Amino acid sequence: MSRRASIAANLDWLSIFLYVVLVFMGWASVYATGHEEGQEGIFNFTKEYGKQLCWILAAFVLGFLILLVDTKFFTAFSLVIYGSAMLLLLGVLFFGKEVNASRSWFEIGSIRVQPSEFAKFATALALARVMSRHEFKVMRFGNLLLLGLLLAIPAGLIKLQNDTGSAMVYGAFLLVFFREGLHGSILLLCFLAVALFILSIVSAPFTVLCVIIVITLVATCYYRNAREALSFFAALVACFLLLHLGNLLLDAPFERDKVLLAAYLLCSVASLFFIFSKRLKRLAVLLLLSWLCVGYTVSVDRIFDSLLPHQQHRINILLGIEEETRKNGYHVMQSKIAIGSGGLTGKGFLQGTQIKYNFVPAKSTDFIFCAVGEEWGFVGSTVVILLFMTFILRVIYLAERQRSRFSRVYGYCVASILFFHVAVNIGMTIGLVPVIGIPLPFFSYGGSSLWAFSILIFIFLRLDANRLQVFR
Amino acid sequence: MDKFGYRKGIIAGIVVTVCTVYIIQLFHFQVLDDTYKIKAENNSQRVETLYPARGLIYDRERRLLVDNQAAYDLIMLPRQVKRFDTTELLAILGISREFLERNIAKCKEHSPYKPSVLVSQIAGDRYAVLQEKLYRYPGFYIQTRTLRKYHVNHSGDLFGYISEAGAADIEKDPYYAAGDYIGTTGLERTFEWLLRGKKGKKIVLVDNFNREKGSFANGEYDEVATVGEDLYTTLDIDLQSYANLLMQNKKGGIVAIEPKTGEILAKLSAPGYDPRMIVGQDLGRNYPSLQNDPLKPLYDRTTKGRYPPGSTFKPLQALIGLEMGVITPGTLFPCNHGAYIGRFVACHGHKSPVNLREAIETSCNPYFINVFSRVLESPRFRDVRDGYNEWRKYIIAFGLGVKVSADFEEDNGLIPTQEYYDLRLKTRNWYSSYINSLAIGQGELAITPMQMANFTAALANRGYYITPHIASPTNDSLRRRVQRHEVPVDRAHFEVVIEGMRRVVTNGTGWRARVDSVAVAGKTGTAENPHGKDHSVFIAFAPADDPAIALVVYVEHGEWGATYAAAIAGLLIEKYLKGTISGAKRAEEKRIIETNLIFPGS
Repeated sequence: MSRRASIAANLDWLSIFLYVVLVFMGWASVYATGHEEGQEGIFNFTKEYGKQLCWILAAFVLGFLILLVDTKFFTAFSLVIYGSAMLLLLGVLFFGKEVNASRSWFEIGSIRVQPSEFAKFATALALARVMSRHEFKVMRFGNLLLLGLLLAIPAGLIKLQNDTGSAMVYGAFLLVFFREGLHGSILLLCFLAVALFILSIVSAPFTVLCVIIVITLVATCYYRNAREALSFFAALVACFLLLHLGNLLLDAPFERDKVLLAAYLLCSVASLFFIFSKRLKRLAVLLLLSWLCVGYTVSVDRIFDSLLPHQQHRINILLGIEEETRKNGYHVMQSKIAIGSGGLTGKGFLQGTQIKYNFVPAKSTDFIFCAVGEEWGFVGSTVVILLFMTFILRVIYLAERQRSRFSRVYGYCVASILFFHVAVNIGMTIGLVPVIGIPLPFFSYGGSSLWAFSILIFIFLRLDANRLQVFR
Repeated sequence: MDKFGYRKGIIAGIVVTVCTVYIIQLFHFQVLDDTYKIKAENNSQRVETLYPARGLIYDRERRLLVDNQAAYDLIMLPRQVKRFDTTELLAILGISREFLERNIAKCKEHSPYKPSVLVSQIAGDRYAVLQEKLYRYPGFYIQTRTLRKYHVNHSGDLFGYISEAGAADIEKDPYYAAGDYIGTTGLERTFEWLLRGKKGKKIVLVDNFNREKGSFANGEYDEVATVGEDLYTTLDIDLQSYANLLMQNKKGGIVAIEPKTGEILAKLSAPGYDPRMIVGQDLGRNYPSLQNDPLKPLYDRTTKGRYPPGSTFKPLQALIGLEMGVITPGTLFPCNHGAYIGRFVACHGHKSPVNLREAIETSCNPYFINVFSRVLESPRFRDVRDGYNEWRKYIIAFGLGVKVSADFEEDNGLIPTQEYYDLRLKTRNWYSSYINSLAIGQGELAITPMQMANFTAALANRGYYITPHIASPTNDSLRRRVQRHEVPVDRAHFEVVIEGMRRVVTNGTGWRARVDSVAVAGKTGTAENPHGKDHSVFIAFAPADDPAIALVVYVEHGEWGATYAAAIAGLLIEKYLKGTISGAKRAEEKRIIETNLIFPGS
């Protein structure tokens, strides 16, 4: 069997099919946002849809070329590619062009290239290379430090470009680490951190403290110390009521949450004697974690104040703190109106009034999902989400069938990046995630993003096609 | 080997969970919740043009002459129009069904997505009713415009009017759109760039009842309108109104200039029209009658009227003769009811011989024809044609036969060239006697009152004039329009001529221009008119030693310069310098006002 024939035979055609379908649905959406009555023809290169067609054809050629490359190239040069990408990210800080307050574009003639898009696959290659080393264990401190560094460099450089959204994408690699052995509690802690962050902004400090105490008590019960938890709770309530009464007698110089905090502190110190006398190590750790959480929520307000105003606004809007219709809520409100007005089956191709009359901002890039939602309705939106889900699950499936750890790690990187982009982008258009400016893969207008995702996927498909030649 | 393999299920589970949550959320607000569909329907945008108020026009004392009044246009946005009660709309607007249907068709043809003016300039009372009921008419809304409001009832041709920009205007300047107003004539046209300001636009979100719901995209695409700049004219509205009063029932033109500054104090073309006749919808109603009026009220006689200067040309001949050294103030020429100079030149009875001062005083024709011959036939020239060219240069230097003012569309007038006479006389060998009627302001000469007033200002200034202008130079681009022009004649010669012009008023033909305790210098003229009675002309400035006003008065068919033009000039000078007319002159004023030269005897 010739080499080329073996690639074709072992290539995952289902993934290629899903890729092509998504790319063309994406192009149709870009066409819908840019279409004007009386302007027919898809080869209008002054329009976004005309240009996007060029990028798509070029991306196909690029994908084909990647399939012809020997897999050893990717393993051998992964760190070189990573290094070059980092240099580009550094270079764009100095020589880049500033667009919408982000300095993340190289301008070559009339073409703009965004290196942060290409840094994603480079980082994935580097991670795959590092983690496929013999006997690599994620949970070793040195290894964790190394992985953290590999992510921190691109994320930091992109943050410096003032493109916070793209920097956050690197958080997605936590899923890869989890698959490769990262302790589940770390993932859980990350989830808890995000949840508490949101809670501490939305709710009063008293409520937040109550929630933390309840979680601590539930966890105590989980470790089969229900009796201790109950007595602790009783002591806490008594202590709180006493302090509260005292506070009231003094014409309430302290707020309610301060009183509860004092009560919790007193009870915690008292229980320490009990814990040490009975050597309940787990409860000690729990108590420590509980206090870390308290400290964290107190500092969240400080962190929040240090964010840029527009970031604060976006978070506030998501959490429903500010009125949605005016100012910063305009984006999300108009996006939801566009999608919501689509109904069950949508208004039909090119019939969307909300996207056509520019109500939706960034309608061809970050908010492209509005075009899908408005013109194809619930049915179309669901199909797109299911197609993405199928694609991601397929990539996970393919990753699992790899014999080499390099290919598997890389595959999980692909799945994680895709998942993060899809979840955050669609989530923001339907108001479940703050407005974070990252593109929807294959849909959003722009050559850099389309090419970067194509490269990411085709490298994996190339590795997958070679899986049978790899020996463990 | 791979002890974490089980975690693929957890990761896949996270992916499936998130996708499921999203699909549930989509189902919730795309299928179950109707509020977004209603909001989308209400999400209609409307682009409103914000018309700036046009700049105001003031006179030199900052008295308001022209300002603005509100008018209302009914705008239609065809895409948003639903079925409506046409009968009611017709009743409110007071228009015919055909008119409405024709205009609706026009609006639709213009664009289904862009707003068009359906009915323009709706009266205030109709607007009040319409506004109450507008909610029943989706796709229709009101746009407030401003129309001109005048505080004077004459001099319409000076102020000009505004009308909707035509296809040619729109093509020439993309700033204009259909339905915009543009200054069409007069000051409105000349100072359109100053007065118009800058249009703004506002994009508003409107609901399906056509009610405003706030700005689109936080007003990111809105533009503020900039109010037009005010025009401060140099006009003295009291003098202008008085000139209008004196010129009633007469044809002609008056231009008065402050010589030191070139500022136009009055500029009246008679008969004129009341500018209030052609404001807004009245424009279409009254314009045709003005246009067809045989008295041509729309025609600006002061800048476009071509008149021979008559004897008012004589002081200029004296200046040229003195400057070229062909005569001195003492030079005498004989005249006995005329003289033979190549041909017989008739004159009226006065003493003989006369010197220069006396010649100006008596307006002696043979004297100036002699001067003219000496100029043209001066031995320093190769032939008469060279002499003529030199003579013509002096005429042009005084701003005659060329456009002189900064702010008006003018006729050039005509000072024939030497080539013109070569052709006309069919020979290159002509003599001064062939064309010597030029010396007394007759012949082929054509000069506008504006040029004549400017020439008078140059006499008053004894050797220079400032570009006549009507806009106070409040900014740089206005300042650049005004320049000082020197005249190549020695100041001493002016004094001799002005002495002669003083005598015209004190002892001679211009006695009607006398003003108590003011030294008036003037010159009468009679412009020959082949079509009827001659035109009466008078140029004057006062006070003679330190002139504050220089003016020209043309009265068509007024026969002798002395009869009407000099009297009017005297009254205007008195009015301007003293503010009122003294008792002695009241009778004269009454005579002038009551004279009807258009329909004599009526």
